[in-house]
Amino acid sequence: MSDKNGKQGLSRRQFLSYALGGTGAFMAATIAAPLVPFAIDPLTRTSGGGFADSGLKESDVKSDFPTMVDFKVHRKDGWIEENVKMRAWLIKDESGKIMAMSPICTHLGCQVAGTVDGNGNPKPSEDGEWWFHCPCHGGRYTIYGINDKAKPPQRPLDLYEVKVEGGKIMLGAISQRKA
Amino acid sequence: MFKKTYDWIDERLGITPIWRDIADHDVPAHVNPANKMSAFVYCFGGLTFLIIVTQILSGMFLAMYYVPDIVNAYRSVQYITDEVLLGQIVRGMHFWGASLVIIMMFLHMLRVFFTGSYKAPREMNWVVGVLIFFVVMGFGFTGYLLPWDQKAYWATAVGAQIAESVPWIGKYIKTVLIGGDVLGALTLTRFFAIHVFFLPAGLLGLLGLHFIMIRKQGIAGPL
Ligand code: HEM
Ligand code: FES
Repeated sequence: MSDKNGKQGLSRRQFLSYALGGTGAFMAATIAAPLVPFAIDPLTRTSGGGFADSGLKESDVKSDFPTMVDFKVHRKDGWIEENVKMRAWLIKDESGKIMAMSPICTHLGCQVAGTVDGNGNPKPSEDGEWWFHCPCHGGRYTIYGINDKAKPPQRPLDLYEVKVEGGKIMLGAISQRKA
Repeated sequence: MFKKTYDWIDERLGITPIWRDIADHDVPAHVNPANKMSAFVYCFGGLTFLIIVTQILSGMFLAMYYVPDIVNAYRSVQYITDEVLLGQIVRGMHFWGASLVIIMMFLHMLRVFFTGSYKAPREMNWVVGVLIFFVVMGFGFTGYLLPWDQKAYWATAVGAQIAESVPWIGKYIKTVLIGGDVLGALTLTRFFAIHVFFLPAGLLGLLGLHFIMIRKQGIAGPL
C-alpha cells in the first residue's frame, strides 16, 4: 500500500482497523473456544463395545434355519442408563460358525420378520429362497441375511459380533456387511 | 477475497450506508479513555452488553443438554458439569456471567447517575434502563431454580414466600408465579420458559429501544 506521499506502509486508518478487527476476532474466538467443543462432545463418545449375554447356548443354534432371541443390552444415553431390548437371529453358517443377524432392515430400518409357523418356530421359506421379509417396502433376505438385489435393501443384514464363553453366546457391537 | 465478496454484495444491496449509520460515528472526547483514563466509566454500558451476548450464547449451548423436568433437570446439569467436553467451562461462563451482568449493569447505572445523564432529554432512557434492570433480575431469579438442587429449590421457596407477602393479592401472585400450590414440576417448566423465551424477548426489545434512544440523543455532554 502507499499513502498520498507515495511512501510504503500501512495507513493510520488501516492500522487501526486491523488492530480493532484483530482484537474483536480474538474476543470472539475466546467465547467460541469452549462453546464449539461443548457442542461436539457427542463425537468423543464411543457407543457400547461391551458384550451382552444373549441367553442362548451354542447348542441352541441350528444350521437349517435362524433362531430368534431377545436379550438386554446395557445402554448409556446421556445421564440415562438402561437395559434396552435387542433382537437377533442366529444361525450356523456352512462352515459351522455362528452368525448373529440384526433384524433391522438395511433399507430404511424397519424390523424384518423371519418365516415362522403359528408357534414362532422357524419353517422353510415359502419360495425356497427368501426367508426374512421386510413389511415396509418388500425387502427380503435369505436365511443368511443376504438381500434380494431387486428389492430396496442394497446390503445384507448387519451382524453382531459373536463370542462364545463357556458355551454361552455373547453378542457385541453391530457391524455392516459389504453389499 | 473478503473485499471482493463485500463489494459484490454492496453493489447489489448497498449495505455500506446501513452499517455506517449503525457503527460509524464519532466518540466524543470526554468519553474517550485515550484522552482521559477516567472516561472508562463510559464503557460499562457496552461491557454489560458484551456479557449479555455471552450469556445468550452460553445459554443456547447449555440448552443442548439441559432438561426442564424435575426428574431429569439435576442429572442433566450434573452430566453437563461432569461429563460433557468443557461442560464445566460453559456452565461456568453462564454462572459467573450472571453475576457479572448485574455488577456491570449496576456500575453503568451509577455512571449514568453520577454524571447526571438521566436528566432531560434522557429521562425515557432512564425509565427503559429501570425496566431492563427488572428484566435482568428476572433472569437471575428464574435461572437460579433451573439446576433443581437444594439451593435452587429453597431459594425459590423463599422468593415465592416474599411474593406471597404482598398485601391482599400475594396469594394469587404466588400461585401464578409457581404455577400451582406446590413448588414442583410446573414451577420448573414455568421458570424455564420465562428464562429462555419470555425474558430474552423482552430484554432484546428493551435494549433495542435503549440503543435507538442513545443514537438519537447522543451521549450526554461532559460535566
Ligand atoms: C442490560 C443492561 C444495560 C445495557 C446493556 C446498557 C447499555 C448501555 C450503553 C451501551 C449505553 C451507552 C453509554 C455507556 O456505555 O455508558 C447506555 C447508556 C445509558 N443507559 Fe444503559 N444499559 C443497561 C442498563 C441500564 C440501566 C439499568 C439504566 C438505568 C436505570 C440505564 C440507563 C442509561 C441511560 C440514561 C443512558 C444514556 C447515558 C448518556 O447518554 O450518557 N441503562 N446503556
Ligand atoms: S425398510 Fe425394509 S424394505 Fe424399506
